[in-house]
Amino acid sequence: MNQQAYVILAALLFGIGAVGLLVRRNPLVMFMCVELMLNAVNLTFVSFAKSLDDVGGQVVVFFVLVVAAAEVVVGLGIIVSIMRRRSGVTADDLRMLKG
Amino acid sequence: MQDLLWLIPALPLAGFLILVLSGGRIREPLAGWLATAMVGASFAVTVAVFADLVSHGEEERTFTQTLFEWLPSGSFQVGFGFLADPLSITMCLFVTGVGALIHLYAIGYMHGDPKFTKFFLYLNLFVFSMLMLVLGDNLLITFLGWEGVGACSYFLIAFWHTDISNATAGKKAFVTNRVGDWGFMVGTFLVWTTIGSVNYLDISAGASGVAAVTATAIVVLFFVAATGKSAQIPLFVWLPDAMAGPTPVSALIHAATMVTSGVYLLVRLNPLLFEAGWANDVIAWVGAITALVAALIAISQNDIKKVLAFSTVSQLGYLFLAVGTGNYVAAIFHMVTHAFFKALLFLGAGSVIHGMAHDQDMRHYGNLRKYMPITAGTFIVGWLAIAGVPPFSGFWSKDEILAGAWDYSSGGKVLWAIGLLTALITAFYMTRQVVMTFFGEEKWRSLTGEGHDPAGGSAVNAAENADADLEHSPAHDQHGLTPDFEPHESPPLMTLPLVALAGLAIVGGLINLPFSDQFERLGGWLEPVIAHEHEMPGGSTLVVLAIVAILAALTGIGLALVVYVRKRIPAKDIEQEAFARGFYIDESYSRFVGGPGRRLFDAVAWFDANVIDGAVNGVGTVTQVAGTQLRRLQSGRVRGYAMGMAIGAVLLVGYAVARMGF
Amino acid sequence: MLATTFVEYAVWAVAAAICLLGALGVVLFRNPVHNALSLVATLFGVAVLFVAQEAYFLAAIQVIVYAGAIVVLFLFVIMLLGVDAIESLGIERHVWRRPVAIVAGAGLVALVLVAVLVGTAEVTGQPSSTGSLGGEYNDIERIGRALFTDYVWAFEITAVLLTIAVVGAVVLSRKPTEAALDEAEFDRVVEESRLDEDVPEELDDDELDELEADDEAVGSEDLPTYVDEPGVTS
Repeated sequence: MNQQAYVILAALLFGIGAVGLLVRRNPLVMFMCVELMLNAVNLTFVSFAKSLDDVGGQVVVFFVLVVAAAEVVVGLGIIVSIMRRRSGVTADDLRMLKG
Repeated sequence: MQDLLWLIPALPLAGFLILVLSGGRIREPLAGWLATAMVGASFAVTVAVFADLVSHGEEERTFTQTLFEWLPSGSFQVGFGFLADPLSITMCLFVTGVGALIHLYAIGYMHGDPKFTKFFLYLNLFVFSMLMLVLGDNLLITFLGWEGVGACSYFLIAFWHTDISNATAGKKAFVTNRVGDWGFMVGTFLVWTTIGSVNYLDISAGASGVAAVTATAIVVLFFVAATGKSAQIPLFVWLPDAMAGPTPVSALIHAATMVTSGVYLLVRLNPLLFEAGWANDVIAWVGAITALVAALIAISQNDIKKVLAFSTVSQLGYLFLAVGTGNYVAAIFHMVTHAFFKALLFLGAGSVIHGMAHDQDMRHYGNLRKYMPITAGTFIVGWLAIAGVPPFSGFWSKDEILAGAWDYSSGGKVLWAIGLLTALITAFYMTRQVVMTFFGEEKWRSLTGEGHDPAGGSAVNAAENADADLEHSPAHDQHGLTPDFEPHESPPLMTLPLVALAGLAIVGGLINLPFSDQFERLGGWLEPVIAHEHEMPGGSTLVVLAIVAILAALTGIGLALVVYVRKRIPAKDIEQEAFARGFYIDESYSRFVGGPGRRLFDAVAWFDANVIDGAVNGVGTVTQVAGTQLRRLQSGRVRGYAMGMAIGAVLLVGYAVARMGF
Repeated sequence: MLATTFVEYAVWAVAAAICLLGALGVVLFRNPVHNALSLVATLFGVAVLFVAQEAYFLAAIQVIVYAGAIVVLFLFVIMLLGVDAIESLGIERHVWRRPVAIVAGAGLVALVLVAVLVGTAEVTGQPSSTGSLGGEYNDIERIGRALFTDYVWAFEITAVLLTIAVVGAVVLSRKPTEAALDEAEFDRVVEESRLDEDVPEELDDDELDELEADDEAVGSEDLPTYVDEPGVTS
């Protein structure tokens, strides 16, 4: 399969992830949509690595993976510490960073 | 020797700094001796530089010494340097010389004053500023000195500022000078735009290229500055009030040095004056009329210092008459002799005040020559000099001014007549002063013994409000003239300078006798500085004019003797109320400033507070409002932020795609 | 878009279908557990696509780390916090958000499509600038070589990052001290941070009924409910 197909697929995944992020209010689900978008990006990088015959793309995916893992850990930690006190908190209710 | 030029102003500055930084630890009399020594040393250096200049040929007598680059700003380059040429060295000589004598006198006069040190550091600062004014090689340094002498004048007039009238006099002097300073500044701007440099040598070189209109404007502006500093109409009102300061101040600043800076400025710019057409007429006429008016006012003054103050205004009028008629050498000549005899007269008056328990009212004096012989003798020398009696110095210089005005193109004869009349009146009021003070009956013996009455409650001139500006000093507040008061002569520290100045007043005329070119030493000396020499009337005319002048002086003296000694004519007929009140000029100023002037000031203040400050505050308010509105963007809601980012991302990608080739 | 071989094409098609269906599931399901499982499907599909592009190491990593660790973490958290059915897709306070979101997403996709399909701009990257994918080394060796030579700085930094993440997790999950906000204070703080005109509208009766209906539809009694009671969840 040529590179174009993968890129288009990745774009679709990204779009779905973006829409999900904007529409859903449950913090956990919003996080999962972020993971979707990251995966779309990974797919794009790998396809370009293949088409350009460059290992650098794969190394980037490696790092994205690691960083995504760290991000999930900390993010879920925050969500847990907020949602543990009060059930049913959605993203709309968390406004303490108001300027 | 020429390299020592910078020492001339540096020594008084050092004196000032030492006294300031010592924090009052240097007291009487060391402070006084230090200050005097500094000015004396400055005088010595001036003499050395003078000798050096003399030893050079006539054409090489201009020497500049640049210390550093003061304002290097693109095409506007101003250096900080000094210009030693015949004119500036002449000024330096009498500023430092007379200044040193006055410092010496002040050590005795200010004895016992709690602010002794402060007085001397102000005096040194003043001498420094005056020397900067005179020695500067460009208009900006002169302006530095100009402002400096104005500030020092304020400090010194208001020296005994615990008395509110002294403080007010100081403020009046400063504010009136400020009006003149505006003229100086605008004049400097004009000079720079037309000639391209503010350096005096460049101005002299480039003056002929200036259009007549511009030159006239420049000269008029600088003359405005001169009327402020040198107390001419209309800005002379501060000088009589300035008598509130201690007498050495009056002698130094308001007789010999600061008030001559206006004349110096105009003489320095004489190439420009030549290009300015009718501006010269303005100068000459204002000078002449001021001389006459001030002389008339002096007739009716009863305060010994006020008489001398108006006399100074009058003599300064003579100087401007000389400048206006193009007779620069005569102006400088009279400036020098006036410094001698006016300082002498002021110091003598101070000696009298000192000896009469600080009573300044001449109506309480009389026959003081018995008690203060040295003071009386030197004062009489000064009187003869200012009255214009040969062979004293004042005659030669005044006569040269009058003769120089005779041939002047627009109304020379009338100017000469005004000058002559003024000379007569000058002789009159000075004789009056001498007679009232040193001769006649001892009028204080017939006082009721209640002590000094500052309001001057005598029948004659009952409403003389000028007495409010008498010297009121805390240490000298012993107004206690009782009928059995015995006046005393002043200590040698004060009489020595009197004698020295008297000597100078006698022989001062030698520097520029009119008999032949060889005798006209000052004229030859100043020739490199004066661009266009002034034509004096021919030999026989000169002699006739001189004789007429002598006759006028003698007439004035005789008239005064008739009125005040023989009492043939009652004094009341001569001493008009209008003279005593200064022709109501000062009062009309006060009424204007307090009345319609006040409304104008309030309007300007309103404009400043509401429009200008309002604009600045408005910027702040706008920022605040904008900030409050922009704050809504930070709602704290993640979804809102995400929405914004998504839209932004779409736009960015769209932009990138739009730039792609298709 | 024609495949070189039928097998490749089939593999791509199936994997793509799994990805897309999983993605839609992540977005559309209401039960968070269903969302997580859909995410697993997507991740697995992406791993297959990695293999198809000869990035074997990455495919393995993807499955192990993403599907094996991250999603499990998600599920643990869901377990910890309980299933919240209050958030319903039917209710949206600002109605305009949904169309804008769909337009943004669709626009993004459309732009990429345009760029890829219609644009004539060449991919400008230089081939093999970091290292060739071919050559004598196998997949893992190649990545290893690149990591420890060209990217060693980033590698070390990510190690630090992971350490920070661990520390962060420990700190965030500590038991609250006495000075922490209790529920009343928390409510007050949340209330104060609302903008004035943004007062939450009271749910009217219809909306409330809808919520309750959703509640029942989920069938909360079928799922284990771990309600947050003090002392239970810590």
